[in-house]
Amino acid sequence: MLEIRWHSRAGQGAVTGAKGLADVVARTGKYVQAFAFYGSAKRGAPMTAYNRVDEEEILIHEKFMRPDYVLVIDPALVFVADVTAHEKDSTKYIITTHLSKEELIESQPKLKGKEVYIVDCMQISLDTIGRAIPNTPMLGALMKVSGMFDLEYFQNAMKSVLSKFPQKIIDANMAAIERAYNSVK
Amino acid sequence: MAEKMQLNEVEVWDGNMSASQALRQAQIDVVAAYPITPSTPVVENYGNFLANGYIDGEFIMVESEHAAMSGCVGAAAAGGRVATATSSQGFALMVEVLYQASGMRLPIVLAVVNRALAAPLNVNGDHSDMYLGRDSGWVQLDAFNSQQAYDLTLMAFRIGEDYNVRLPVMVHQDGFITSHTAQNVNPLSDDEAYEFIGDYKKVNPMLDLAKPVTYGVQTEEDWHFEHKARQHHDLMTKIFGVTQDVFDAFEEKTGRKYNLVEEYFMDDAEVAIVALGSTVETAEMVARKMREEGIKAGIVAPRMIRPWPHEQIKKALSKVKAIACLDRSSPNGALGMLYNEVTASLYQGDNRPIISNYIYGLGGRDFTIEHITDIFKELDANAKEGKLTTPLQQFIGLRGPKLSFY
Repeated sequence: MLEIRWHSRAGQGAVTGAKGLADVVARTGKYVQAFAFYGSAKRGAPMTAYNRVDEEEILIHEKFMRPDYVLVIDPALVFVADVTAHEKDSTKYIITTHLSKEELIESQPKLKGKEVYIVDCMQISLDTIGRAIPNTPMLGALMKVSGMFDLEYFQNAMKSVLSKFPQKIIDANMAAIERAYNSVK
Repeated sequence: MAEKMQLNEVEVWDGNMSASQALRQAQIDVVAAYPITPSTPVVENYGNFLANGYIDGEFIMVESEHAAMSGCVGAAAAGGRVATATSSQGFALMVEVLYQASGMRLPIVLAVVNRALAAPLNVNGDHSDMYLGRDSGWVQLDAFNSQQAYDLTLMAFRIGEDYNVRLPVMVHQDGFITSHTAQNVNPLSDDEAYEFIGDYKKVNPMLDLAKPVTYGVQTEEDWHFEHKARQHHDLMTKIFGVTQDVFDAFEEKTGRKYNLVEEYFMDDAEVAIVALGSTVETAEMVARKMREEGIKAGIVAPRMIRPWPHEQIKKALSKVKAIACLDRSSPNGALGMLYNEVTASLYQGDNRPIISNYIYGLGGRDFTIEHITDIFKELDANAKEGKLTTPLQQFIGLRGPKLSFY
């Protein structure tokens, strides 16, 4: 089973991102889960969202997980949230930041020796979508790092997930996914 | 005429969306609702469907849950198909009217997204509200995942509206764990779903002015007892058969099988957990692992909580040596509901297993694979010793020193 944990702030679209990913993966015949920790969350409060993907029906309903991927879509959360909680040796990190990887790891020694990828989802979403909604660029970066789907397949699947939105928004999201796919490192 | 919605063969829906879609497909005449976390999206989605032309019926926004259920009672007595949704404090506020609905034999469907009861205030999932409803005279069905929330909501209409039943039905799902977890769901098409439920059959509708009837009359010591006895009689004798028939018809249509009491690995199980809600699925997973380690573990899960499936429970647990009854609601000064019900049912049979009670998961406290593994190991010790090796009632997943009684 593949397990993913998202670190986000309420309102940045982690739940939508997790559900969008689940939607795309379910179309390939796999079983999925997408959920989040809520509580009385206010816009801007740190939160976590989760995905599970498996070949078989997913029976597990515990919230606890040892994630294969940790996706951090707000640049400040790597400094204030426990992004390495319950990690495995093989956990991969994709972190939104404007810093270089060296600067980031130097400021956050907990990431030293880990498989860390960086991508500036904030700048990408501001440039393409016009708002700080870093969820779809993060999905683009995840596709590149995980090799889950190739770019074109994923973009086509996301087009149908986003089909209720105006064409302009769909196009902007496609551009955001592509730029993140090509710039994650 | 409402538009039909094109659905994919596999949708990724959370439990709330599953309930909303089933309500939409049932072509309800009146929904009177007052949204509350975590069932808010059930009502929100329904309002969205209505605004987009997918619903013909009335949607009445009211000022409280008491009014919501009152509106449902009025509309059901008038002769319409009626439903609403609630959770926790909203459920508690509805309680007075829940008894009215069942006493007047009105087949209303209530989607209950289970949540803790204050104080302290908590929006997360436990079974306190579900347990609060268990003497209300409603039929209570329990979904363990999103697919089941969809399936059981559809079936609830057909069960409650059956001429031999004519009682309101609650369909429970776990707050957040089910209601906000998106999973693969295979829906029926709008036509198939409606055809399965069928047109609403009116019984003594108040709006039939040629045949005046009255609802909600007063009966004192002369007739009150007889009315309550008749309702209890029907709950004890008629609901199980009708429900199993509806389950069977649903299996024929979808291949998805439901039972009054669900059993997992019970053919040769020596130890068993009895539980409700999403815990059942996690426990099923753990039971598989325990079997690899040589513990013959099984799960028994009441699909129907009220009326209590006494005979089915007795049969399901007729061979095990040790049982843990898991209650996700504070009994506040007693043993848990499942412990009491299961023990009472088994006392009438020949099997005398060791039965223990665990209180867990209050206010949404995570219930993990590790917790369930520990319980199975304690059960295994009980079975081997032939006696209780732990206290009778234990709190599991609680902070601080271990809490237990008896």
